[in-house]
Amino acid sequence: MSVMEDRLSPNQDDFYNALIAAHEGLGEADSHALNARLILLMANRIGDLGVLQDIITTARSYSDA
Amino acid sequence: MAYDYQPYPYVAPPGLSAPETRHAVVIVGAGPIGLAMAIDLAQRGINSVVLDDNNVVSVGSRAICWSKRTLEIFDRLGVGERMLDKGVTWKIGRQFHGGDQVFSFDLLPEEGHRYPAFINLQQYYVEEYLVDRAREFPDLIDIRFLNKTIAHEDHGDHVTLTVETPDGNYTLETDWYIACDGAGSATRERMGLSFEGQTFQEQFLIADIEMEQSPFGDDKVPERWFWFDPPFHSGKSALLHMQPDNIYRIDLQLDVDADGTEEAREENVIPRIKAIVGDKPFRLDWVSVYKFRCIKLDRFVHNRVLFVGDSAHVVSPFGARGGNGGIQDVDNLGWKLARVVQGQAPEALIETYNEERSHGSAENILNSSRSTNFMTPKTPIEALFRGEALRLAKDQPFARKILNSGRLSLPCSLEGMSLQTQGVAQIAPGQVLVDAPLSGEDGDTWLLRQVQGDFTLVGFGDVLLPELPGIRRIGINTRADYPCFTATHNHAMRRYGSSNAYLFRPDGHICAVFDTPTRKDVAHAYAKALGAELEATQ
Ligand SMILES: Cc1cc2nc3c(=O)[nH]c(=O)nc-3n(C[C@H](O)[C@H](O)[C@H](O)COP(=O)(O)OP(=O)(O)OC[C@H]3O[C@@H](n4cnc5c(N)ncnc54)[C@H](O)[C@@H]3O)c2cc1C
Repeated sequence: MSVMEDRLSPNQDDFYNALIAAHEGLGEADSHALNARLILLMANRIGDLGVLQDIITTARSYSDA
Repeated sequence: MAYDYQPYPYVAPPGLSAPETRHAVVIVGAGPIGLAMAIDLAQRGINSVVLDDNNVVSVGSRAICWSKRTLEIFDRLGVGERMLDKGVTWKIGRQFHGGDQVFSFDLLPEEGHRYPAFINLQQYYVEEYLVDRAREFPDLIDIRFLNKTIAHEDHGDHVTLTVETPDGNYTLETDWYIACDGAGSATRERMGLSFEGQTFQEQFLIADIEMEQSPFGDDKVPERWFWFDPPFHSGKSALLHMQPDNIYRIDLQLDVDADGTEEAREENVIPRIKAIVGDKPFRLDWVSVYKFRCIKLDRFVHNRVLFVGDSAHVVSPFGARGGNGGIQDVDNLGWKLARVVQGQAPEALIETYNEERSHGSAENILNSSRSTNFMTPKTPIEALFRGEALRLAKDQPFARKILNSGRLSLPCSLEGMSLQTQGVAQIAPGQVLVDAPLSGEDGDTWLLRQVQGDFTLVGFGDVLLPELPGIRRIGINTRADYPCFTATHNHAMRRYGSSNAYLFRPDGHICAVFDTPTRKDVAHAYAKALGAELEATQ
């Protein structure tokens, strides 16, 4: 697990709001699908495999199982 | 001890027996906004009549958090120090998830400001202090309690209104009608103005309790604590604030379909409070159940009828942007209306009150509705994102910033709007003043005391300021034939730069900046700030 540098502020509220708005009107399955597309698009935008690995490991480390 | 509500006396108004001559300004509503408006105008020599349908200050638990900017404005209006003395100063906010603290913030870690980021002070005290202050202007402010406006009509260049009193009705004529009649504004309704926006379904139980011991733990720490999903109130949010007189404010989110009247019953409230404060004894001071809205009028200026405060905009209280936003309305309108009434500026200047404060209010609404949305997830996916943000927030700084329990009231910027002259400086034109300590011939003072109230040109470092009628001049860290001050601990120089000049408006917003302030450039910026270019374009 790594502690990631904050690169979102001061735009965190705009981002969060846009993210939630994107889900508006979607059922659970469609929201899941939207999240998957978002992750894939963001991964492509990040590009760097080392960074992506680090993000995956960090995100997973918070899972209870 | 519970606040002792002293009714203000009703005095039969002159209009009942004979027609009154036309007034310059009638203010409908003596809440914090109407009272502040009357004081602002009085300090500029403008008469007003203030009508209120009631005769006591605000009853129950309403505003408690007053922002730094509000205190600075109240300093100018003569009640800032009194509020600061009585209020509880806090600047640390803590956020909890379940029983664990996930994040704390320090609102103003910086030295060298007269006023703190926030104080907590019950609205009834604020109104009491404002009434006391208004009474220091017996020739300029005529407050009439138990005078309810029941009708009004705009006649183009003046407004007539019908007022109901215990002794019957009478009519008044006024050049300007300022509607400070609050969120339920009957003025707005009579004019059929649409007032629509987001209404939140969630209900909130708001309780003020008095207790000797502190619910914050062992110390009486004046902080703001916010819980997402607290152990004592599962699945909902809770907020705790300290107020003067050992009074604490508790906000608890309720179920969407909760029965408000039932929830507000003492026997139902007490167990909820006990769940938070445990066995420490307390007295219930006030309880209400609210639903919140985030709404504004499209326009605040309707010819001779001007909407100020809650009549123009309402927000949910998370972020304390309601009353604080209204006080900024007053600050913005006061000098403009005074200039127009005194014939020193075109009527179009009033329209910039709409431009500037409508923008400020939209910013307040955006922030307040986002906070309320974050606190009350509407869909499983919203709840999921929020839950994961909370989980990440334990270690990840970016996630802490996503947590939103209220983005606390800050003044808006007026950059790029009609009255400002474009320019580049450390603090851009449109921004509001940043305070700093100064020392001068008469001792220590604050930048805010030297610049607020009138147009003021301030030179930082070795810049020479031209003399212009109507503009006050001060120099900082320089010598000249106008008042000069030293920047204590150099705060002012660090904040503004060391060789430039700023032109402040009477409301403390910067309207122009200069490397070399020539007479011509300053005169131009001053005229622009007074609406000279507005008339030309109309
Ligand atoms: C639970 C809660 C918590 C809040 N917390 C905060 C906070 O922490 N910080 C903050 O800044 N704000 C807060 N607010 C908002 C704040 O209380 C309001 O923004 C503020 O009271 C607005 O002031 P006002 O003068 O515009 O309106 P009001 O205070 O509503 O005053 C309107 C006045 O007009 C009078 N009136 C109405 N109709 C007539 C008529 N026809 N004729 C004559 N008089 C009339 C009324 O009697 C009243 O005196 C909170 C509000 C609530 C409900």
